[in-house]
Amino acid sequence: MSDGTLPVSAATSPARPMSLSPRARQAVILVALAAIWEIYARWLGNSLLLPTFFETLTALWTATLNGELPDRTLASLSVLLSGYAIGIVLAAAITALAVLNRWGESLLSLLTSMFNPLPAIALLPIALLWFGIGASSVIFVIVHAVLWPLALACHAGFRAVPPTLRMAGRNIGLSGPSYVFALLVPAALPSILSGLRLGWAFAWRTLIAAEMVFGASARSGGLGWFIFTNRAQLETANVFAGLLAVILIGLAVEIFVFATLTRLTVQRWGMEG
Amino acid sequence: MPAEGRAPAAPAKAALDVDRVSLRYATEAGIVTAVEDVSFTVRTGERLVLLGPSGCGKSTLLRAVGGFLKPASGEIRLGGAPVAAPGPDRMVVFQEFDQLLPWRTVSGNIAFALRRARGLSRAEAREVALDWAGRVGLGKFADAFPHTLSGGMKQRVAIARAFAVQPAILLMDEPFAALDALSRRRMQDELLGLCEETGATCLVVTHAIDEALHVGTRTLVMSPHPGRIAAEYDVPEVARRRGTPQFAALEAEIQARLFGGPRAAAEEVVDV
Repeated sequence: MSDGTLPVSAATSPARPMSLSPRARQAVILVALAAIWEIYARWLGNSLLLPTFFETLTALWTATLNGELPDRTLASLSVLLSGYAIGIVLAAAITALAVLNRWGESLLSLLTSMFNPLPAIALLPIALLWFGIGASSVIFVIVHAVLWPLALACHAGFRAVPPTLRMAGRNIGLSGPSYVFALLVPAALPSILSGLRLGWAFAWRTLIAAEMVFGASARSGGLGWFIFTNRAQLETANVFAGLLAVILIGLAVEIFVFATLTRLTVQRWGMEG
Repeated sequence: MPAEGRAPAAPAKAALDVDRVSLRYATEAGIVTAVEDVSFTVRTGERLVLLGPSGCGKSTLLRAVGGFLKPASGEIRLGGAPVAAPGPDRMVVFQEFDQLLPWRTVSGNIAFALRRARGLSRAEAREVALDWAGRVGLGKFADAFPHTLSGGMKQRVAIARAFAVQPAILLMDEPFAALDALSRRRMQDELLGLCEETGATCLVVTHAIDEALHVGTRTLVMSPHPGRIAAEYDVPEVARRRGTPQFAALEAEIQARLFGGPRAAAEEVVDV
Protein backbone atom coordinates (compact mmCIF):
# COMPACT_ATOMS: atom_id res chain seq x y z
CA MET A 1 0.00 0.00 0.00
CA SER A 2 1.33 3.33 -0.89
CA ASP A 3 -1.17 5.86 0.42
CA GLY A 4 0.34 5.66 3.87
CA THR A 5 -2.81 4.46 5.55
CA LEU A 6 -2.85 1.61 7.98
CA PRO A 7 -5.48 -1.07 8.32
CA VAL A 8 -7.71 -0.53 11.31
CA SER A 9 -6.92 -3.14 13.89
CA ALA A 10 -9.88 -4.49 15.79
CA ALA A 11 -10.37 -4.07 19.52
CA THR A 12 -7.22 -2.48 20.79
CA SER A 13 -8.17 -1.49 24.29
CA PRO A 14 -5.20 -1.00 26.55
CA ALA A 15 -4.88 -3.72 29.14
CA ARG A 16 -5.62 -2.38 32.59
CA PRO A 17 -4.36 -4.23 35.61
CA MET A 18 -7.02 -5.55 38.02
CA SER A 19 -9.73 -5.56 35.36
CA LEU A 20 -11.62 -8.75 34.63
CA SER A 21 -12.80 -9.90 31.26
CA PRO A 22 -16.58 -9.66 30.71
CA ARG A 23 -16.82 -13.45 30.96
CA ALA A 24 -15.00 -13.48 34.28
CA ARG A 25 -17.23 -10.70 35.62
CA GLN A 26 -20.29 -12.69 34.64
CA ALA A 27 -18.91 -15.78 36.35
CA VAL A 28 -18.34 -13.81 39.57
CA ILE A 29 -21.89 -12.47 39.44
CA LEU A 30 -23.27 -15.99 38.87
CA VAL A 31 -21.41 -17.36 41.89
CA ALA A 32 -22.64 -14.45 43.99
CA LEU A 33 -26.26 -15.04 42.93
CA ALA A 34 -25.97 -18.75 43.74
CA ALA A 35 -24.53 -17.89 47.15
CA ILE A 36 -27.36 -15.45 47.92
CA TRP A 37 -29.90 -18.08 46.86
CA GLU A 38 -28.26 -20.74 49.04
CA ILE A 39 -28.06 -18.48 52.10
CA TYR A 40 -31.60 -17.16 51.78
CA ALA A 41 -33.08 -20.64 51.22
CA ARG A 42 -31.26 -22.00 54.26
CA TRP A 43 -32.44 -19.08 56.33
CA LEU A 44 -36.01 -19.60 55.10
CA GLY A 45 -35.77 -23.31 55.85
CA ASN A 46 -38.81 -24.27 53.73
CA SER A 47 -37.81 -26.46 50.82
CA LEU A 48 -41.43 -26.69 49.64
CA LEU A 49 -41.36 -22.99 48.80
CA LEU A 50 -37.70 -22.53 47.97
CA PRO A 51 -35.22 -25.38 47.86
CA THR A 52 -31.58 -24.47 48.37
CA PHE A 53 -29.20 -24.14 45.46
CA PHE A 54 -27.54 -27.45 46.30
CA GLU A 55 -30.87 -29.26 46.64
CA THR A 56 -31.73 -27.97 43.18
CA LEU A 57 -28.39 -29.15 41.78
CA THR A 58 -28.89 -32.54 43.38
CA ALA A 59 -32.38 -32.81 41.94
CA LEU A 60 -31.03 -31.82 38.52
CA TRP A 61 -28.31 -34.42 38.80
CA THR A 62 -30.69 -37.18 39.91
CA ALA A 63 -33.27 -36.41 37.26
CA THR A 64 -30.50 -36.41 34.66
CA LEU A 65 -29.06 -39.71 35.83
CA ASN A 66 -32.40 -41.55 36.00
CA GLY A 67 -33.06 -40.49 32.43
CA GLU A 68 -36.24 -38.54 33.06
CA LEU A 69 -34.87 -35.07 32.39
CA PRO A 70 -32.96 -36.08 29.21
CA ASP A 71 -36.15 -37.78 27.89
CA ARG A 72 -38.24 -34.70 28.63
CA THR A 73 -35.61 -32.46 27.08
CA LEU A 74 -35.45 -34.57 23.94
CA ALA A 75 -39.24 -34.53 23.66
CA SER A 76 -39.24 -30.74 23.98
CA LEU A 77 -36.35 -30.24 21.59
CA SER A 78 -37.82 -32.44 18.86
CA VAL A 79 -41.10 -30.51 18.90
CA LEU A 80 -39.19 -27.23 19.10
CA LEU A 81 -36.91 -28.03 16.18
CA SER A 82 -39.80 -29.10 13.93
CA GLY A 83 -41.64 -25.88 14.68
CA TYR A 84 -38.50 -23.80 14.28
CA ALA A 85 -37.64 -25.42 10.95
CA ILE A 86 -41.15 -24.97 9.55
CA GLY A 87 -41.10 -21.37 10.77
CA ILE A 88 -37.82 -20.71 8.97
CA VAL A 89 -39.06 -22.21 5.69
CA LEU A 90 -42.27 -20.18 5.81
CA ALA A 91 -40.38 -17.01 6.75
CA ALA A 92 -38.01 -17.56 3.80
CA ALA A 93 -40.96 -18.07 1.46
CA ILE A 94 -42.90 -15.02 2.59
CA THR A 95 -39.75 -12.86 2.57
CA ALA A 96 -38.94 -14.04 -0.94
CA LEU A 97 -42.45 -13.03 -1.98
CA ALA A 98 -41.95 -9.64 -0.36
CA VAL A 99 -38.61 -9.13 -2.11
CA LEU A 100 -40.01 -10.17 -5.46
CA ASN A 101 -43.06 -7.94 -5.70
CA ARG A 102 -44.95 -5.11 -4.10
CA TRP A 103 -48.06 -7.09 -3.28
CA GLY A 104 -45.86 -9.55 -1.43
CA GLU A 105 -44.27 -6.69 0.44
CA SER A 106 -47.63 -5.26 1.47
CA LEU A 107 -48.79 -8.72 2.47
CA LEU A 108 -45.74 -9.23 4.65
CA SER A 109 -45.95 -5.87 6.39
CA LEU A 110 -49.68 -6.27 7.00
CA LEU A 111 -49.37 -9.82 8.33
CA THR A 112 -46.40 -9.00 10.56
CA SER A 113 -48.04 -5.94 12.03
CA MET A 114 -51.18 -8.02 12.71
CA PHE A 115 -49.62 -11.18 14.07
CA ASN A 116 -46.33 -10.08 15.59
CA PRO A 117 -47.96 -8.51 18.66
CA LEU A 118 -50.26 -11.51 19.15
CA PRO A 119 -48.77 -13.81 21.83
CA ALA A 120 -48.32 -17.25 20.34
CA ILE A 121 -49.81 -18.90 23.38
CA ALA A 122 -53.10 -17.06 22.74
CA LEU A 123 -53.47 -19.22 19.62
CA LEU A 124 -53.31 -22.41 21.63
CA PRO A 125 -57.11 -22.79 22.04
CA ILE A 126 -57.54 -22.55 18.29
CA ALA A 127 -54.65 -24.92 17.75
CA LEU A 128 -56.31 -27.43 20.09
CA LEU A 129 -59.53 -27.05 18.17
CA TRP A 130 -57.88 -27.61 14.82
CA PHE A 131 -55.15 -30.10 15.58
CA GLY A 132 -56.30 -31.69 18.82
CA ILE A 133 -54.05 -32.44 21.74
CA GLY A 134 -50.56 -33.41 20.73
CA ALA A 135 -47.36 -32.27 19.13
CA SER A 136 -49.01 -30.69 16.06
CA SER A 137 -50.83 -28.11 18.18
CA VAL A 138 -47.60 -27.08 19.88
CA ILE A 139 -45.78 -26.99 16.57
CA PHE A 140 -48.48 -24.72 15.21
CA VAL A 141 -48.02 -22.14 17.95
CA ILE A 142 -44.22 -22.40 17.70
CA VAL A 143 -44.39 -21.71 13.98
CA HIS A 144 -46.43 -18.63 14.76
CA ALA A 145 -43.87 -17.55 17.37
CA VAL A 146 -40.95 -17.92 14.94
CA LEU A 147 -42.42 -16.88 11.62
CA TRP A 148 -43.31 -13.21 12.14
CA PRO A 149 -40.28 -11.87 13.96
CA LEU A 150 -38.00 -13.80 11.60
CA ALA A 151 -39.77 -12.63 8.43
CA LEU A 152 -39.70 -9.07 9.73
CA ALA A 153 -35.97 -9.25 10.47
CA CYS A 154 -35.12 -10.83 7.11
CA HIS A 155 -37.14 -8.30 5.18
CA ALA A 156 -35.60 -5.40 7.08
CA GLY A 157 -32.18 -6.90 6.38
CA PHE A 158 -32.83 -7.21 2.64
CA ARG A 159 -34.13 -3.68 2.43
CA ALA A 160 -31.08 -2.33 4.22
CA VAL A 161 -28.62 -3.71 1.65
CA PRO A 162 -26.83 -0.59 0.33
CA PRO A 163 -27.78 0.40 -3.24
CA THR A 164 -24.12 0.54 -4.26
CA LEU A 165 -23.60 -3.05 -3.17
CA ARG A 166 -26.70 -4.09 -5.11
CA MET A 167 -25.43 -2.34 -8.24
CA ALA A 168 -21.95 -3.83 -7.79
CA GLY A 169 -23.57 -7.27 -7.62
CA ARG A 170 -25.65 -6.79 -10.75
CA ASN A 171 -22.62 -5.31 -12.45
CA ILE A 172 -20.62 -8.53 -12.17
CA GLY A 173 -23.56 -10.42 -13.62
CA LEU A 174 -25.56 -11.59 -10.60
CA SER A 175 -29.27 -11.92 -11.29
CA GLY A 176 -32.24 -13.99 -10.13
CA PRO A 177 -31.30 -16.72 -7.64
CA SER A 178 -27.58 -15.94 -7.77
CA TYR A 179 -28.36 -12.31 -6.91
CA VAL A 180 -30.41 -13.42 -3.91
CA PHE A 181 -28.08 -16.09 -2.58
CA ALA A 182 -24.68 -14.63 -3.46
CA LEU A 183 -25.54 -11.04 -2.63
CA LEU A 184 -28.75 -10.30 -0.70
CA VAL A 185 -28.58 -13.16 1.80
CA PRO A 186 -24.97 -12.62 2.93
CA ALA A 187 -25.47 -8.86 2.91
CA ALA A 188 -28.54 -9.24 5.13
CA LEU A 189 -26.96 -11.88 7.35
CA PRO A 190 -26.63 -9.68 10.46
CA SER A 191 -30.41 -9.10 10.44
CA ILE A 192 -31.17 -12.71 9.52
CA LEU A 193 -29.04 -13.97 12.41
CA SER A 194 -30.67 -11.67 14.92
CA GLY A 195 -34.07 -12.77 13.59
CA LEU A 196 -33.08 -16.42 14.06
CA ARG A 197 -31.93 -15.65 17.59
CA LEU A 198 -35.13 -13.86 18.42
CA GLY A 199 -37.21 -16.61 16.84
CA TRP A 200 -35.38 -19.24 18.85
CA ALA A 201 -36.03 -17.41 22.12
CA PHE A 202 -39.73 -16.94 21.27
CA ALA A 203 -40.08 -20.57 20.23
CA TRP A 204 -38.47 -21.84 23.42
CA ARG A 205 -40.71 -19.76 25.67
CA THR A 206 -43.82 -20.61 23.74
CA LEU A 207 -42.99 -24.30 23.89
CA ILE A 208 -42.55 -24.42 27.66
CA ALA A 209 -45.72 -22.41 28.20
CA ALA A 210 -47.74 -24.56 25.79
CA GLU A 211 -46.55 -27.77 27.42
CA MET A 212 -47.71 -26.49 30.79
CA VAL A 213 -51.13 -25.52 29.53
CA PHE A 214 -52.11 -28.80 28.02
CA GLY A 215 -49.37 -31.19 29.02
CA ALA A 216 -51.87 -32.95 31.38
CA SER A 217 -52.96 -35.50 28.82
CA ALA A 218 -49.87 -35.68 26.69
CA ARG A 219 -48.19 -38.98 27.54
CA SER A 220 -44.68 -38.07 26.53
CA GLY A 221 -44.56 -34.52 27.78
CA GLY A 222 -41.56 -32.26 27.55
CA LEU A 223 -39.75 -29.99 29.99
CA GLY A 224 -42.79 -27.82 30.61
CA TRP A 225 -44.74 -30.91 31.55
CA PHE A 226 -41.88 -32.02 33.83
CA ILE A 227 -42.04 -28.68 35.66
CA PHE A 228 -45.83 -28.79 35.84
CA THR A 229 -46.17 -32.32 37.24
CA ASN A 230 -43.43 -31.82 39.80
CA ARG A 231 -45.18 -28.73 41.08
CA ALA A 232 -48.37 -30.73 41.41
CA GLN A 233 -46.46 -33.32 43.44
CA LEU A 234 -44.81 -30.59 45.51
CA GLU A 235 -41.36 -31.70 44.34
CA THR A 236 -40.19 -28.11 44.38
CA ALA A 237 -36.52 -28.99 43.94
CA ASN A 238 -37.43 -30.75 40.69
CA VAL A 239 -39.41 -27.71 39.55
CA PHE A 240 -36.31 -25.60 40.06
CA ALA A 241 -34.19 -28.26 38.36
CA GLY A 242 -36.54 -28.09 35.34
CA LEU A 243 -36.26 -24.31 35.22
CA LEU A 244 -32.49 -24.56 35.50
CA ALA A 245 -32.48 -27.03 32.60
CA VAL A 246 -34.49 -24.57 30.47
CA ILE A 247 -31.98 -21.82 31.27
CA LEU A 248 -28.94 -24.05 30.65
CA ILE A 249 -30.23 -25.22 27.27
CA GLY A 250 -30.96 -21.63 26.26
CA LEU A 251 -27.44 -20.60 27.27
CA ALA A 252 -25.86 -23.53 25.48
CA VAL A 253 -27.67 -22.76 22.22
CA GLU A 254 -26.71 -19.10 22.52
CA ILE A 255 -23.05 -19.85 23.15
CA PHE A 256 -22.47 -22.87 20.93
CA VAL A 257 -24.76 -22.03 18.03
CA PHE A 258 -25.51 -18.33 17.72
CA ALA A 259 -22.37 -16.82 19.21
CA THR A 260 -20.25 -19.19 17.11
CA LEU A 261 -22.19 -18.42 13.93
CA THR A 262 -21.86 -14.70 14.61
CA ARG A 263 -18.15 -14.95 15.26
CA LEU A 264 -17.51 -16.95 12.09
CA THR A 265 -19.55 -14.67 9.87
CA VAL A 266 -20.70 -11.14 10.56
CA GLN A 267 -18.08 -10.44 13.23
CA ARG A 268 -15.28 -11.68 10.99
CA TRP A 269 -16.60 -9.59 8.12
CA GLY A 270 -16.98 -6.45 10.21
CA MET A 271 -20.70 -6.33 9.52
CA GLU A 272 -21.96 -6.12 13.07
CA GLY A 273 -24.25 -3.17 13.60
CA MET B 1 -6.92 26.10 -28.01
CA PRO B 2 -8.13 22.71 -26.86
CA ALA B 3 -9.08 20.95 -30.04
CA GLU B 4 -5.83 21.09 -31.98
CA GLY B 5 -3.94 19.00 -29.43
CA ARG B 6 -2.89 15.55 -30.45
CA ALA B 7 -5.71 14.00 -32.42
CA PRO B 8 -7.16 10.90 -30.79
CA ALA B 9 -5.32 7.73 -31.73
CA ALA B 10 -5.59 6.41 -35.23
CA PRO B 11 -8.54 4.07 -35.93
CA ALA B 12 -11.28 5.93 -34.10
CA LYS B 13 -13.45 2.88 -33.53
CA ALA B 14 -16.43 3.62 -31.35
CA ALA B 15 -16.52 1.56 -28.16
CA LEU B 16 -19.57 3.31 -26.80
CA ASP B 17 -22.25 5.40 -28.48
CA VAL B 18 -24.54 7.60 -26.49
CA ASP B 19 -27.11 8.67 -29.03
CA ARG B 20 -29.50 11.54 -28.23
CA VAL B 21 -30.14 10.20 -24.76
CA SER B 22 -32.56 11.83 -22.32
CA LEU B 23 -32.88 10.56 -18.77
CA ARG B 24 -35.82 11.25 -16.52
CA TYR B 25 -36.84 9.99 -13.14
CA ALA B 26 -39.89 10.43 -10.99
CA THR B 27 -39.70 12.18 -7.64
CA GLU B 28 -42.41 13.35 -5.26
CA ALA B 29 -42.20 16.75 -6.88
CA GLY B 30 -42.84 15.27 -10.32
CA ILE B 31 -40.75 14.15 -13.26
CA VAL B 32 -37.19 15.43 -13.20
CA THR B 33 -35.16 15.57 -16.37
CA ALA B 34 -31.60 14.73 -15.37
CA VAL B 35 -30.10 14.64 -18.85
CA GLU B 36 -31.54 16.11 -22.01
CA ASP B 37 -30.63 15.00 -25.53
CA VAL B 38 -27.00 14.15 -24.95
CA SER B 39 -24.85 12.48 -27.61
CA PHE B 40 -21.21 11.48 -27.53
CA THR B 41 -18.95 8.66 -28.54
CA VAL B 42 -16.16 6.99 -26.61
CA ARG B 43 -13.51 5.62 -28.95
CA THR B 44 -11.58 2.48 -28.16
CA GLY B 45 -8.56 3.23 -26.00
CA GLU B 46 -9.79 6.68 -25.15
CA ARG B 47 -10.42 8.05 -21.66
CA LEU B 48 -13.42 10.32 -21.83
CA VAL B 49 -14.25 12.48 -18.82
CA LEU B 50 -17.69 13.90 -18.05
CA LEU B 51 -17.02 17.01 -16.00
CA GLY B 52 -19.60 19.19 -14.37
CA PRO B 53 -21.09 20.58 -11.18
CA SER B 54 -23.42 18.48 -9.06
CA GLY B 55 -26.87 18.25 -10.61
CA CYS B 56 -25.61 18.13 -14.18
CA GLY B 57 -26.67 14.52 -14.52
CA LYS B 58 -23.21 13.12 -15.14
CA SER B 59 -23.55 10.31 -12.61
CA THR B 60 -27.04 9.49 -13.82
CA LEU B 61 -25.68 9.29 -17.34
CA LEU B 62 -22.93 6.93 -16.20
CA ARG B 63 -25.51 4.75 -14.47
CA ALA B 64 -27.54 4.61 -17.66
CA VAL B 65 -24.44 3.46 -19.53
CA GLY B 66 -23.98 0.89 -16.76
CA GLY B 67 -27.48 -0.35 -17.55
CA PHE B 68 -28.94 0.54 -14.16
CA LEU B 69 -31.57 2.82 -15.63
CA LYS B 70 -33.23 3.06 -19.00
CA PRO B 71 -33.11 6.21 -21.13
CA ALA B 72 -36.47 7.96 -21.57
CA SER B 73 -35.44 8.45 -25.17
CA GLY B 74 -32.38 7.80 -27.28
CA GLU B 75 -30.11 4.81 -27.25
CA ILE B 76 -26.87 3.68 -25.66
CA ARG B 77 -24.85 1.20 -27.71
CA LEU B 78 -21.80 -0.75 -26.67
CA GLY B 79 -19.83 -2.00 -29.66
CA GLY B 80 -22.96 -1.44 -31.73
CA ALA B 81 -25.32 -3.46 -29.53
CA PRO B 82 -27.92 -1.61 -27.44
CA VAL B 83 -27.35 -1.62 -23.69
CA ALA B 84 -30.30 -3.25 -21.91
CA ALA B 85 -29.09 -4.36 -18.49
CA PRO B 86 -26.05 -4.18 -16.22
CA GLY B 87 -23.21 -6.44 -17.21
CA PRO B 88 -19.52 -7.10 -16.68
CA ASP B 89 -18.64 -5.72 -20.13
CA ARG B 90 -19.09 -2.34 -18.41
CA MET B 91 -17.43 -2.66 -15.03
CA VAL B 92 -18.25 0.24 -12.74
CA VAL B 93 -16.07 1.72 -10.00
CA PHE B 94 -18.38 3.59 -7.65
CA GLN B 95 -17.57 6.43 -5.35
CA GLU B 96 -18.88 4.66 -2.25
CA PHE B 97 -16.64 2.36 -0.26
CA ASP B 98 -19.39 -0.21 0.27
CA GLN B 99 -19.17 -1.52 -3.28
CA LEU B 100 -17.03 -4.45 -2.08
CA LEU B 101 -18.62 -7.61 -0.72
CA PRO B 102 -17.78 -7.43 2.99
CA TRP B 103 -17.88 -11.22 3.34
CA ARG B 104 -15.14 -11.77 0.78
CA THR B 105 -11.47 -10.94 1.15
CA VAL B 106 -9.56 -8.60 -1.16
CA SER B 107 -8.57 -11.44 -3.49
CA GLY B 108 -11.98 -13.06 -2.91
CA ASN B 109 -13.78 -9.97 -4.19
CA ILE B 110 -11.68 -9.88 -7.35
CA ALA B 111 -11.83 -13.64 -7.84
CA PHE B 112 -15.60 -13.79 -7.40
CA ALA B 113 -16.08 -11.15 -10.09
CA LEU B 114 -13.77 -13.12 -12.38
CA ARG B 115 -15.68 -16.34 -11.81
CA ARG B 116 -19.04 -14.71 -12.39
CA ALA B 117 -18.07 -12.43 -15.22
CA ARG B 118 -15.42 -14.35 -17.10
CA GLY B 119 -16.33 -17.86 -16.05
CA LEU B 120 -12.86 -18.65 -14.74
CA SER B 121 -12.36 -21.67 -12.52
CA ARG B 122 -11.70 -21.13 -8.82
CA ALA B 123 -7.97 -21.71 -9.20
CA GLU B 124 -7.59 -19.51 -12.28
CA ALA B 125 -9.65 -16.75 -10.70
CA ARG B 126 -7.57 -16.86 -7.55
CA GLU B 127 -4.36 -16.62 -9.54
CA VAL B 128 -5.51 -13.62 -11.59
CA ALA B 129 -6.97 -12.00 -8.46
CA LEU B 130 -3.69 -12.31 -6.57
CA ASP B 131 -1.88 -10.82 -9.53
CA TRP B 132 -4.24 -7.83 -9.60
CA ALA B 133 -4.11 -7.36 -5.83
CA GLY B 134 -0.35 -7.10 -6.23
CA ARG B 135 -0.62 -4.65 -9.11
CA VAL B 136 -2.62 -2.20 -7.00
CA GLY B 137 -0.16 -2.62 -4.12
CA LEU B 138 -2.35 -4.84 -1.97
CA GLY B 139 -0.39 -8.07 -2.31
CA LYS B 140 0.08 -8.28 1.43
CA PHE B 141 -3.60 -7.68 2.02
CA ALA B 142 -4.93 -10.29 -0.39
CA ASP B 143 -6.53 -12.24 2.45
CA ALA B 144 -7.78 -9.24 4.42
CA PHE B 145 -11.47 -8.47 4.69
CA PRO B 146 -12.59 -5.07 3.36
CA HIS B 147 -13.57 -3.69 6.77
CA THR B 148 -9.92 -3.78 7.83
CA LEU B 149 -8.85 -1.57 4.91
CA SER B 150 -8.66 2.20 4.56
CA GLY B 151 -10.88 4.03 2.07
CA GLY B 152 -8.06 4.35 -0.44
CA MET B 153 -7.29 0.65 -0.21
CA LYS B 154 -10.95 -0.25 -0.75
CA GLN B 155 -11.04 1.89 -3.89
CA ARG B 156 -7.90 0.11 -5.09
CA VAL B 157 -9.65 -3.23 -4.69
CA ALA B 158 -12.65 -1.95 -6.64
CA ILE B 159 -10.34 -0.67 -9.38
CA ALA B 160 -8.42 -3.95 -9.47
CA ARG B 161 -11.70 -5.87 -9.68
CA ALA B 162 -12.89 -3.72 -12.57
CA PHE B 163 -9.63 -4.02 -14.52
CA ALA B 164 -9.28 -7.75 -13.86
CA VAL B 165 -12.61 -8.49 -15.54
CA GLN B 166 -11.28 -6.79 -18.72
CA PRO B 167 -14.49 -4.99 -19.64
CA ALA B 168 -15.09 -3.38 -23.01
CA ILE B 169 -15.25 -0.09 -21.16
CA LEU B 170 -14.48 0.95 -17.58
CA LEU B 171 -16.99 3.25 -15.95
CA MET B 172 -15.83 5.37 -13.02
CA ASP B 173 -18.25 7.38 -10.95
CA GLU B 174 -16.13 9.91 -9.04
CA PRO B 175 -13.99 7.06 -7.73
CA PHE B 176 -11.76 9.27 -5.60
CA ALA B 177 -14.26 11.86 -4.38
CA ALA B 178 -14.48 10.36 -0.90
CA LEU B 179 -10.71 10.26 -0.40
CA ASP B 180 -8.46 12.84 1.22
CA ALA B 181 -6.52 15.13 -1.13
CA LEU B 182 -3.19 13.32 -0.85
CA SER B 183 -4.61 9.84 -1.47
CA ARG B 184 -6.67 11.22 -4.32
CA ARG B 185 -3.65 12.51 -6.21
CA ARG B 186 -1.71 9.33 -5.68
CA MET B 187 -4.67 7.23 -6.81
CA GLN B 188 -5.13 9.36 -9.92
CA ASP B 189 -1.52 8.68 -10.87
CA GLU B 190 -1.90 4.98 -10.19
CA LEU B 191 -5.10 4.81 -12.22
CA LEU B 192 -3.39 6.60 -15.07
CA GLY B 193 -0.56 4.09 -14.90
CA LEU B 194 -2.95 1.15 -15.10
CA CYS B 195 -4.89 2.71 -17.97
CA GLU B 196 -1.76 3.34 -20.00
CA GLU B 197 -0.43 -0.12 -19.26
CA THR B 198 -3.63 -1.90 -20.30
CA GLY B 199 -4.90 0.56 -22.91
CA ALA B 200 -8.30 0.41 -21.24
CA THR B 201 -11.20 2.42 -22.59
CA CYS B 202 -12.67 4.55 -19.81
CA LEU B 203 -15.61 6.80 -19.13
CA VAL B 204 -14.91 8.83 -16.00
CA VAL B 205 -17.26 11.12 -14.14
CA THR B 206 -15.82 13.85 -11.94
CA HIS B 207 -16.48 17.33 -10.64
CA ALA B 208 -12.78 18.17 -10.24
CA ILE B 209 -11.21 19.98 -13.19
CA ASP B 210 -7.65 18.91 -12.34
CA GLU B 211 -8.75 15.28 -12.12
CA ALA B 212 -10.48 15.53 -15.48
CA LEU B 213 -7.38 16.96 -17.15
CA HIS B 214 -4.94 14.63 -15.44
CA VAL B 215 -6.81 11.37 -15.99
CA GLY B 216 -8.66 11.88 -19.28
CA THR B 217 -7.69 12.20 -22.90
CA ARG B 218 -10.82 14.15 -23.72
CA THR B 219 -13.21 16.09 -21.51
CA LEU B 220 -16.86 16.91 -21.99
CA VAL B 221 -18.03 19.78 -19.81
CA MET B 222 -21.67 19.46 -18.80
CA SER B 223 -24.09 22.14 -17.70
CA PRO B 224 -26.91 21.43 -15.27
CA HIS B 225 -30.74 21.59 -15.16
CA PRO B 226 -31.18 19.68 -17.35
CA GLY B 227 -27.80 18.10 -18.04
CA ARG B 228 -26.39 18.98 -21.43
CA ILE B 229 -22.97 18.95 -22.98
CA ALA B 230 -21.66 22.51 -22.95
CA ALA B 231 -18.15 22.09 -24.34
CA GLU B 232 -15.61 19.56 -25.48
CA TYR B 233 -11.85 19.67 -24.90
CA ASP B 234 -9.22 17.37 -26.30
CA VAL B 235 -6.51 17.16 -23.70
CA PRO B 236 -3.08 16.74 -25.31
CA GLU B 237 -0.42 14.74 -23.52
CA VAL B 238 1.44 17.83 -22.26
CA ALA B 239 -1.71 19.36 -20.78
CA ARG B 240 -2.27 16.24 -18.67
CA ARG B 241 0.85 16.86 -16.62
CA ARG B 242 0.29 18.92 -13.55
CA GLY B 243 2.45 22.03 -13.42
CA THR B 244 2.81 22.54 -17.16
CA PRO B 245 1.58 25.89 -18.53
CA GLN B 246 -0.80 24.01 -20.82
CA PHE B 247 -2.39 22.27 -17.84
CA ALA B 248 -2.84 25.57 -16.03
CA ALA B 249 -4.21 27.31 -19.11
CA LEU B 250 -6.75 24.59 -19.84
CA GLU B 251 -7.78 24.41 -16.18
CA ALA B 252 -8.34 28.18 -16.15
CA GLU B 253 -10.31 28.06 -19.37
CA ILE B 254 -12.64 25.30 -18.16
CA GLN B 255 -13.04 27.05 -14.84
CA ALA B 256 -13.97 30.26 -16.60
CA ARG B 257 -16.52 28.41 -18.68
CA LEU B 258 -18.07 26.73 -15.65
CA PHE B 259 -18.15 29.94 -13.61
CA GLY B 260 -18.84 32.29 -16.44
CA GLY B 261 -21.88 30.73 -18.09
CA PRO B 262 -24.98 32.85 -18.56
CA ARG B 263 -26.66 31.39 -15.46
CA ALA B 264 -23.47 31.10 -13.47
CA ALA B 265 -24.54 33.16 -10.51
CA ALA B 266 -27.39 30.81 -9.74
CA GLU B 267 -25.48 27.58 -10.16
CA GLU B 268 -23.67 25.54 -7.66
CA VAL B 269 -20.14 25.67 -8.91
CA VAL B 270 -17.39 23.17 -9.24
CA ASP B 271 -15.12 22.82 -6.29
CA VAL B 272 -11.56 22.08 -7.27
